[in-house]
Parts: sequence; C-alpha cells; structure tokens
Amino acid sequence: MTAPPITETRVITARIHERPDDSWTIGAALTTGAYDTLRQVLATGDASAVQEQVKLSGLRGRGGAGFPAAQKWSFLPAGSYPRYLVVNGDEGEPSTFKDRMLVERDPHQLVEGIAISSYAIGCNKAFVYLRGEFALGYERLTQAIADARGQGFLGDNVLSSGFDLDIVVHRGAGAYICGEETALLESLEGERGMPRIRPPFPAIAGLYAKPTVVNNVETISTVPHIMRMGGEAYAKLGVNRSTGTRLFSVSGHVNRPGNYEVELGVTFRQLIDDLCGGVREGRGIKFFIPGGASSQWLTGSDEHLDAPLDMDYVQQTFGVMLGSGAVMVFDETTDPLLVAWRLCKFFAHESCGKCTPCREGTGWIEMVLYRMLHGQGRPEDLDLLLDVGDNICPGLNAPFSQTTICPLGPSAVSPVVSLHKLFRDEVLAACGAGSRAGVTG
Amino acid sequence: MSASYFSDANLLRAKEILARYPRPKSAILPLAHLAQDQDGWLSCEAMMEISRLVGVTPAEVQGTTSFYTMFKREPCGRLLVSVCTNVSCLVTGGPEVLDHLRSRYASDADVTVEEVECLAACGGAPSMQVNYEYHERLTPESAESLVEEYRAGRRTPRTISGSKAAG
Ligand SMILES: Cc1cc2nc3c(=O)[nH]c(=O)nc-3n(C[C@H](O)[C@H](O)[C@H](O)COP(=O)(O)O)c2cc1C
Ligand code: SF4
Repeated sequence: MTAPPITETRVITARIHERPDDSWTIGAALTTGAYDTLRQVLATGDASAVQEQVKLSGLRGRGGAGFPAAQKWSFLPAGSYPRYLVVNGDEGEPSTFKDRMLVERDPHQLVEGIAISSYAIGCNKAFVYLRGEFALGYERLTQAIADARGQGFLGDNVLSSGFDLDIVVHRGAGAYICGEETALLESLEGERGMPRIRPPFPAIAGLYAKPTVVNNVETISTVPHIMRMGGEAYAKLGVNRSTGTRLFSVSGHVNRPGNYEVELGVTFRQLIDDLCGGVREGRGIKFFIPGGASSQWLTGSDEHLDAPLDMDYVQQTFGVMLGSGAVMVFDETTDPLLVAWRLCKFFAHESCGKCTPCREGTGWIEMVLYRMLHGQGRPEDLDLLLDVGDNICPGLNAPFSQTTICPLGPSAVSPVVSLHKLFRDEVLAACGAGSRAGVTG
Repeated sequence: MSASYFSDANLLRAKEILARYPRPKSAILPLAHLAQDQDGWLSCEAMMEISRLVGVTPAEVQGTTSFYTMFKREPCGRLLVSVCTNVSCLVTGGPEVLDHLRSRYASDADVTVEEVECLAACGGAPSMQVNYEYHERLTPESAESLVEEYRAGRRTPRTISGSKAAG
C-alpha cells in the first residue's frame, strides 16, 4: 500500500507563496499580518513570556548544530548589558539555499523575528551578518529595516513600548568560515574570520566581549510564528525532539530542485519523490548527502530513504546529520570519488589556517583524492585518507571528537569516511588497477 | 594633507557606516566594499584611507581584507562573472559553463571570469553571478548570451561589490 503523496506545511514560507510577486515589500507584509505578533508581544510587556513560549515550542537551531534556542538564550548572564543578538545569514554550506530565500523574499518576517527575539533577551542593538554575495538580499533587507523603522517597528520606543531596537546589516566578503559563529564575531569586529577557542562561549563573551546570542536566519524567522501559534501548538508539529517545520534545500539530480518546507518527521523518500518529483530520467539514487557538505552520506537503499527527517534519529542510527537542511541527491551515474574530491577541495580552500590538523590535513586529503580520481590512486590511499582523518577527528567520530578549534576540519573527513563506509570496493577497484579510464560526472 | 581617497558622497557614506558600530574597526569590511563600489577594486590608497578613518594601521586593514575573496587586490574587468562548480553545479554542468566562458573571454579585459564556491543557488544549478546578480539554469551558450547582454548595455550591472550602480 502506498501512502498518498505529502505536501508542504508552509509556516515560514506562507507569505512567500501567498504573495509571490511582492512578498518582500512592506505593503504585502502588512496585509499578510507582519508585525501583528510583535505588537501583541510588546503589549503584554513580558519578555520572559517569549522565552517561555520558545522553550515550549522545542525550537532548535536551523543553522547546523540543532541546539535548543531557548536554552542558548538562557545562558546569557543576568544583569550583564549591553548584550547582542547576531543573526547568522552567512549561508555558505554547499547546497544550502534557504536563508537567501528567506532574506530576499521575506525580510519583514526576519525583522519581526529579530524584534521579538531581541525584546525577549533584552538586546537593543542587533546585527545581521549577511553573506557578501547576497547583493539583492542586502538591498531588500536594508529596505525592509528602513520601512519597518518608518512604521515605528524599530528605532527608539518601538510602538510606544519603551523598547529600543536598532538593526545593523553587516555584509561578509566571501569566506565560508565566517558562518562559524565565533569566526563570524571576529569578522564583525573587523578581523580575519578565524574561530575563537571556547570557552568563553559567545553567551558569556561574544561580540565586543559582551554577552551575545548567535542564531540562524531560519531560527529567528520562526520565532514570530511560535508566538502567534503558541509554543505548545508549534511543538505539535514535527516529531520527537525535532519539532515544527524546516526548510530543506534539495538539489542535484532531482526533477524539481528547490526549497521545501515540511513538518519534521516526513521521510527522505517523501521529500525526494513526492515534492521533488524523483530523480531525473527515472534513474535510481546512488547516494545522497542529507544535511549539507559537512554531513556523512546515505545511499539510495530503502533503509536510508525511508528514514524520517528527525535530527536525533539520523544522528543516532546512521551517524549523519540534518545539519543545514541541504539534501544533495546523486543518481546512479555519479562517481562518488568526484563528489568527495570536490567537497574536500572546498574545505581545503575554506580552512582558515588557524589549526595545523585542518590547515594541512584538508590540503592533503584533497590532493590524495585528486590523484585517486585521476587514475593515479594507490591501493593504500583510502586507508591513508582515513589515517589523516583520524588526526583531525580521532576515532573518525565527528562531531564528538576533534583536534581542531572548530568543526570545519572534521567536516572534510565526512566524505572520506562515507567513501570508506559506502563505496570501499568501488574506490579500491578504481585505485587497484593503477589507472582509470577518465573522469565522468 | 592629500585629498580624501573617497569622493565627497562616499566620504559621507563612510562616516555613516562608522557611526553604526560600537567600535570603528568593525567598519573595515563595509568600507572596503564601499571602496570597491567606487573604484572596482581595493587599492593601497583605499586601504590607507580606511586605516585613517578607522584609526588602525594600514597593515591591519590589509591583514583583514586580504582574508576575504570578494576584495580584489588588483583591478578586474568591468564585469565579474563568478561561476559555481561546487557539487550541485558540478553534476549539472557548471564546469562546462566555466570552461566555455573562460575560453570565450580569455583575452577580453572587460570580463573577468572566476570559479567560485557554492553561491546558494543550487535549486537553479548550474548558476553564476555577474557582479553579484544571480543567473540560474545555465548552459554554456545561455551564460555567454547573458554576459553579452551586459556588455551591450541591455542589462545594467551592479558594481564590483554588488551594489546598485551609484546614481
Ligand atoms: C564551518 C562552519 C560554518 C557554518 N556556517 C553557518 C552558516 O552559514 N549559517 C548558520 O546559520 N550557521 C552556520 N554554522 C553554525 C554556527 O556556528 C552556529 O551554530 C549557528 O549559527 C547557530 O544558530 P542556530 O542555533 O540558530 O542554528 C557554521 C558552523 C561551522 C562550523
Ligand atoms: S578547524 Fe580549520 S577552519 Fe576551523 S579553526 Fe581550525 S583551521 Fe580554522
């Protein structure tokens, strides 16, 4: 028996679909309820009530690590001001393209989310770190902020509540590592984007050494809906500790790539087949990457395709992550070595160079994969790669162990471990023969 | 004292930018973008001026800005074509677009073609940006005709830092 096809559950993408031609304008936003929730929240005058609802909602960060948002907010030391909210819009994780859509197509939802969240944590100056390449997003977001200010939703004494809020949009300049929250803070302070050693955590000493919350664009865009629906109602969406909806950016060999908002708990198969129309030319799936380039891979097996989009389930069962919500699908014609090499080339390029295992290790991994891909591989190369990987994350057990300051180094080991776990024979055959016919896509 | 590197209008913008931040050093990235909006690249003169405005040494400005790939340390073409070859574009034809544009514009000083990492446009792979304007679902031929439309003035490019051209 086959289940009926699933559809999207549109919470944070409702306005984008309702007003496809002008969802980003203040006019369209106001006629579709933007800032109503902010008004209500400020009218009740109870910042701790927001924290309580967000806690009840079970909202977990959408940037990659899935940390509970309310818990992060609760780490801010009492009585210590100023404190900052920094929204992470750097979106550089390969194949992730949801935050760009949220910023370009619904900036007012983000601004409302920033206002409510800032009110909740007692912040009067919030920053959005926006990826430098997002030229249109920057334009729309700065326009939205100006329009919101014009309507009294930002600035001094927001809606006569006594709450002041200023939002600064800060453009990055082309460095993936600046998506890592402490590198982002360094970059925002005018430094090279190199991660900081923790502790202290940003909640204690973040931007300008002040207490700081860093949250992803999608996380903050969800907050107005939690307050509108109520935390408990929001928590009814989703599954287990993966509550609510999430945006999944699906790309690669599917017929209808794009961003889809679904209730957590639907399966990969439903996402790929029902929403994305399956794989092009009716081919089978050889493998897919379930949560951005940093995640390990899954295959087109029933066991993997029928797994639910549940952050803890996929982590505990398969050692993969939903991460940034990017699902990359590769059909049976794809050479896994090619994909592994390209991802490791990316990590080698983006390593900030602060720690040796990552700076040196990612470069060597890339070079060895390159020779394997080009018919120069040696039979022992895969094990050599695993050995290099073991120096970056001992036991090859990311995210639980690392010799590096941040998880970028371990991320470069994910493709290697995936080759070993899923395609060992194929890779060994390619290297054993000593030469390969050439490179195919 | 020598005249300011920034135009009068941009000097005003620079002061506005500085006023946004609790600490002036935070303004280095936005000021470097502003310099590129003005001149199309980040020259030594620009970095000297930024160092004066921010109150740090020129070396600190260079130390920071040289970390970031969007800052061009030598002049590039009027059109900066950035083609993605990361995995979603890799398996849908990105490298073919890149190769085609590279050879087509190899000796054309007007057009700089660069290979870039994921542009967050994988839903429309293969994709590229022309002066940070997105173009998706490309073929080598459609990519070339887009660049030609910019060259012929049928499309208005943004600046080398992606701002709307100053009016
Ligand atoms: C190398 C690296 C890159 C990252 N890039 C991003 C990014 O582009 N956007 C993002 O929101 N989080 C990114 N993160 C995760 C952030 O460090 C941080 O966990 C997140 O912004 C917190 O927000 P959340 O709790 O709302 O998810 C990255 C992490 C690492 C290690
Ligand atoms: S792991 Fe890599 S990217 Fe992260 S701090 Fe170390 S060198 Fe930099």
